Amino acid sequence: MAKLVYDETGRLLFTKEMRKENYTILIPMMAKIHFEIMKNVFVHYGYNAVLLDTEGPEIAQVGLKYVHNDTCYPALLVIGQLIHALQSGKYDVNKTALLITQTGGGCRASNYIHLLRKALVKAGLENVPVISLNMSGLEKNSGFKLTLPMIRRIAAGLVYGDMLMALHNQVMPYEINKGESQGCVDKWVKKLTEILAAGHGFTKKEMSENLDSIAHDFSKIKQNKVPKVKVGIVGEIYVKYSALGNNDLEQFLHSQDCEVNLPGIMGFAMFKVDNRLEDIKLYGGSKAKYLVVKRLFDYLEGLESAIIESQKKYGFRPVGTYAHTKSLVKGMVGYGSKMGEGWLLTGEMLELIESGFENIVCTQPFGCLPNHINGKGMIRPIKMLDERANIVAIDYDPGAPKVNQENRIKLMLAIAKERLAKNEPNSKAV
Amino acid sequence: MVRIGLDIGSTTVKCVVLDKDNNILFNTYERHYSQITGKISELLKTVRTKIPKGETALVSMSGSAGMGVAEACGIDFIQEVYATRAAANTFLPDTDVVIELGGEDAKILFLSGGMEVRMNGSCAGGTGAFIDQMATLLNVPIEELDGLAEKHEKTYTIASRCGVFAKTDIQPLLNQGARKEDVAASIFMAVVNQTISGLAQGREIKGNVVYLGGPLTFIPQLRKDFDKVLGTKGICPENSLYYVSIGAALCAEKTVDFDAVCQRIEKYRGTGNFAFNKPLFKDEQELEIFRKRHSLAKVEKGALEGYKGNAFVGIDAGSTTVKGVVTDDKGTLLYSEYMSNSGNPVPIVRQFLENIYKKCPGIKIKGSAVTGYGEEIIKNAFGVDFGVVETVAHMTAAKKFMPDVEFIIDIGGQDIKCFKIRNGVIDNIFLNEACSSGCGSFLQTFANALGYSAEEFSKMGLLAKHPVDLGSRCTVFMNSSVKQAQKDGATIEDISAGLCLSVVKNALYKVIRVSNPRELGKKIVVQGGTFLNDAVLRAFEQEMGVDVIRPEISGLMGAYGAALYAKSKCTEDYTSGLSGMEELNNFRHEIKTVNCGGCSNNCRLTVNTFNDGKKFIAGNRCEKPVTKKSPDNSFNIYQYKLELLKGYEPKVGAKRGKIGIPIGLNMYELLPFWHTFLTKLDFEVVVSPFSNRKLYLHGQQTIPSDTVCFPAKLMHGHIQWLLDNGIKQIFYPCMSYNFDEHLGDNHYNCPVVAYYPEVIHANVKEIQDVKFFHEFVGIHRPKDFPKKIHAELIKYFGDISLKEIKDAAKAAYEERDEYLRRVREYGEDIIKRARENGKSIIVLAGRPYHVDPEINHGIDKLITSFDVALVSEDVVSDREVKKVKTSVLNQWTYHSRMYAAAEYVSHYDDMELVQLVSFGCGVDAITTDEVRAILERHGRIYTQIKIDEITNLGAVKIRLRSLLAATEKNK
Repeated sequence: MAKLVYDETGRLLFTKEMRKENYTILIPMMAKIHFEIMKNVFVHYGYNAVLLDTEGPEIAQVGLKYVHNDTCYPALLVIGQLIHALQSGKYDVNKTALLITQTGGGCRASNYIHLLRKALVKAGLENVPVISLNMSGLEKNSGFKLTLPMIRRIAAGLVYGDMLMALHNQVMPYEINKGESQGCVDKWVKKLTEILAAGHGFTKKEMSENLDSIAHDFSKIKQNKVPKVKVGIVGEIYVKYSALGNNDLEQFLHSQDCEVNLPGIMGFAMFKVDNRLEDIKLYGGSKAKYLVVKRLFDYLEGLESAIIESQKKYGFRPVGTYAHTKSLVKGMVGYGSKMGEGWLLTGEMLELIESGFENIVCTQPFGCLPNHINGKGMIRPIKMLDERANIVAIDYDPGAPKVNQENRIKLMLAIAKERLAKNEPNSKAV
Repeated sequence: MVRIGLDIGSTTVKCVVLDKDNNILFNTYERHYSQITGKISELLKTVRTKIPKGETALVSMSGSAGMGVAEACGIDFIQEVYATRAAANTFLPDTDVVIELGGEDAKILFLSGGMEVRMNGSCAGGTGAFIDQMATLLNVPIEELDGLAEKHEKTYTIASRCGVFAKTDIQPLLNQGARKEDVAASIFMAVVNQTISGLAQGREIKGNVVYLGGPLTFIPQLRKDFDKVLGTKGICPENSLYYVSIGAALCAEKTVDFDAVCQRIEKYRGTGNFAFNKPLFKDEQELEIFRKRHSLAKVEKGALEGYKGNAFVGIDAGSTTVKGVVTDDKGTLLYSEYMSNSGNPVPIVRQFLENIYKKCPGIKIKGSAVTGYGEEIIKNAFGVDFGVVETVAHMTAAKKFMPDVEFIIDIGGQDIKCFKIRNGVIDNIFLNEACSSGCGSFLQTFANALGYSAEEFSKMGLLAKHPVDLGSRCTVFMNSSVKQAQKDGATIEDISAGLCLSVVKNALYKVIRVSNPRELGKKIVVQGGTFLNDAVLRAFEQEMGVDVIRPEISGLMGAYGAALYAKSKCTEDYTSGLSGMEELNNFRHEIKTVNCGGCSNNCRLTVNTFNDGKKFIAGNRCEKPVTKKSPDNSFNIYQYKLELLKGYEPKVGAKRGKIGIPIGLNMYELLPFWHTFLTKLDFEVVVSPFSNRKLYLHGQQTIPSDTVCFPAKLMHGHIQWLLDNGIKQIFYPCMSYNFDEHLGDNHYNCPVVAYYPEVIHANVKEIQDVKFFHEFVGIHRPKDFPKKIHAELIKYFGDISLKEIKDAAKAAYEERDEYLRRVREYGEDIIKRARENGKSIIVLAGRPYHVDPEINHGIDKLITSFDVALVSEDVVSDREVKKVKTSVLNQWTYHSRMYAAAEYVSHYDDMELVQLVSFGCGVDAITTDEVRAILERHGRIYTQIKIDEITNLGAVKIRLRSLLAATEKNK
């Protein structure tokens, strides 16, 4: 066990010595494809990173034990998953650190890292250092540095992750040989890891090439395009992507013979950057800061267009652009609504409806504050605007039983199937 | 050809057989007592005999409990709301709206003008299960509830959002002597309100309304109440119970092989996978050792008959039971009774006292004390000498068994009380306020639902092999989890043990929120009726990993403690005023309800009149109806703030016309700012009135999220008030940021406060007809503010010059500072006067909108009625100039004040901090722990009061009295 070093606020640091001793760094799961690539980037840079793929009800129970029970469900799960892993005996707790993302913002989610530290103390694991992964220069650690090359690779990971997720979702429901698109995803996760490790794949040019190859691969998968119910998923970012958080919603929808559309993480990243621009526009602020942030935003927008171009080239439905999504909410929610998923959540619902996914599951942790506003709060005006909208809001929390959630989703699906049968008389749907 | 539809609901199964012309050939409606699979196969066998020979039969299944079963046995599943719609479309094609209440669900279907379906979310308030629970509480069969309600004279406000909340509303009403007729009617009204506010969500219910489902079929009064509130005359069609099953039949398109299905159903044991815990006991032997150990915690007993010495009487008028004891002067237990409280404790206590006098004529009762929910009324009815707060009563009793006890946990019928004891005084109290799932009534409800008595049921779990892991959650959620576990093959024994474990987990992790037994100390006494249950006791020891003491009289501890307390209070020459046999014989008790009318609260008072003409008034929030004097508000900063805010009046005839400000959420603090700003701009600023119940109900139809906090919900009422009063311009801006008071790392508003104007804009239809200013503004940047808001204001209100705005902004910032200065000055004055008068000071810490009387339910006045001074967190938050070190992100302006106030209070012995928390406030999950940590770091007591739409002031009183008792003793 390395020496424990604290900063002046009493925070336990992740030191160079810990890195040298090859501490295991545990990462909680969210979006599988994206996080797998991200983890591999860490591994490439010499960190002994492990992405947790644990599941099951014990994780929530551990969370309930160490986190205030009224805190949001994602916090319970993320912290539960980490502590559950530490208590599993699989890792030497004297040689393990935890990594967790830290965002700022007025949502209570910005407190996860602090709640995690509190929980560690409660569990008697206060000697396990916690590394904050953030872009704002918060909480520095001598043993962990997010360098520019790493950031670029992680950004590339997001791009590839979004691409793979989108194409998998578009192809999988229609593939003739079951498992083929999943095979394609697995192949590319491995391949991209190698490419990134070899120092390639993160310039825009290389990205475009790789995205083309991915799209090309998926386009070769044989499909039988029968009409299916199309369902979009929006919501609080963790329960939206994490199977642990949403009781494997994607899988459930697939089992009900639906085509699923999950808007990508890039949109969320751009949203968070764009918020800084909007803040300055709304309330005033430094011009210089505006220009710096704008450059970052433009860079992300460039990456987004690379995804779209490749998708178009191979005949896939392109993901909606951030700019277009943003234009859709105008008049419905203000751009100042930035906490949590903010107006983006409303925008994604509108964008989904526009692109034929009028059936939507709006996922949120029970009592999620921003979603009172932008999720449940906006369903009425969306329906007024477009009566095709068939939205079901589902609350997730440790006590909400899966059967009730599925029952409500089934109601949404029953209506969707009825409409599909009306519009597509040849479909098999009831 | 016939079509068969099965509806497997949460409590019943329904089945219909339709012929080809949709005539009903056969129908049945039965309770399944959770024996779902058995019931289905039994039904199918019966149904089979009803099918004419040679006919093909199409079958489908529906209902919340039918989902997994249907799939497993190869029957098509039709979602139940969808089925209802199919049936309504066929049989009642002119229907506009269907309202269907079921066992655990409530639904509204809008069939015309844009089909829409609403189901209750994760909450079962306002459903059949809720009505069942309430009937149990009133101790009347559900069939009689209807007849009772018909005879009502008035209705009370009862929260129906959750059975738990409603119970806490109803229990005090009953204890205070409210008529069952009125309570029954109030229960139905609560269901109506819940259905409308929870499900309609802004959409009007009009046209042809159809009522379906069990409760609406069996309870005509409930239908009448819906009619009344909706202003319509709905119909309850023939076969209203069978709509789901009829719909399922209509949607059926698959023939099935009956034999095969029956076989599959009988074999169906679910997945066989359910999470489980280790058994409570390995074997009989372990159970025996356990029983022996606990049999040692005994109390000395004697006989009442023929007792000659001084006797002491203790009474615990609890929520579901009444307990009474008689002791001698050494604490020997002479006599005890444990009685069920069938809604009114008065006759029960009378009987208890009569029994004493009959068993021991001429007994010398030296002193008596009463505790519990019914303390006040019993004290008044029978001249009981002392009232004692429950926590103190329990501590007194526990010390008799373990003088150095460190922690006491008492789980009663519907409440959990636990507290730490430090230096002989009560230190840290935990009460269940939002949830009764860790209580005895929880087990009882389940036992009864499964067809057992509570005692029988809990014994079944002792030797269960695989106690189901149900987690810690509320009763309603638990219902579904239990059903799921049953489907997955758990036995009744496993479920019994699992529920006992859940009770313990709820108590530990939801109420006390421990993670480690070390936090509670080693010396633990458990008591309360629920711990008489060995399975619960074992689960508790198992979960905590320590052996605890359960006194043999575990269920009587409150009463026993009261008797001991009476003894400690009685000096040699004390004479008891307890009613004697003669007074009991002449005892009369009349109950009348009136409206107070003493102030705008207009409390509904229950006036109890006893034989000697003595009156006891309950239901009051202040002392006015009792003392006939206005309450003294000179030590109450909340009232002072309201006075200040009332001073912001409209400038009549201003040239830019009337503009409305809804006074809710952050407006409670920003009114001085915005009122000044807009008045300077020559608007006539009309402020909505402080909230009351009526104002809330007027706006409830447009609330889109039923889980948002109550202060946010109230905003809809304020907006509606402005609209109803013809205001054509409304000002309610969005604000991500609040003022930076340099107490934290940032200065955010919470997301709800920040963006609620967006919700109003999106969900209040009429708002489209007025100018509704809800742009984003940044008052935290005074320099940029005028220019930025100028650009927005001119979009709404035409020509306003930047110069005007700059001047108005300057005045607004000054007025805001002036307002805060006045609040702080007055607060300091209160503190000074309190110290001169030797009064304790309570800092009631919350958010600015907690001064709203409908939000705080008069807690401020309740506090000052205990003869203490009351100030708010902002009075002391600026005195601790340094930023408080917190272990969480300190980034919300209102929170930073609470942290600073907690730090400040810690340094003054005559100050205590009480934190007000709105139920459903997500960010307070973070602040409560932190404020507690700050106070406890300095060895101070943390007290939290959770408030919601409706708040049981009884629990609040317990907290406050315990806090004051502890500080009194510390002095």
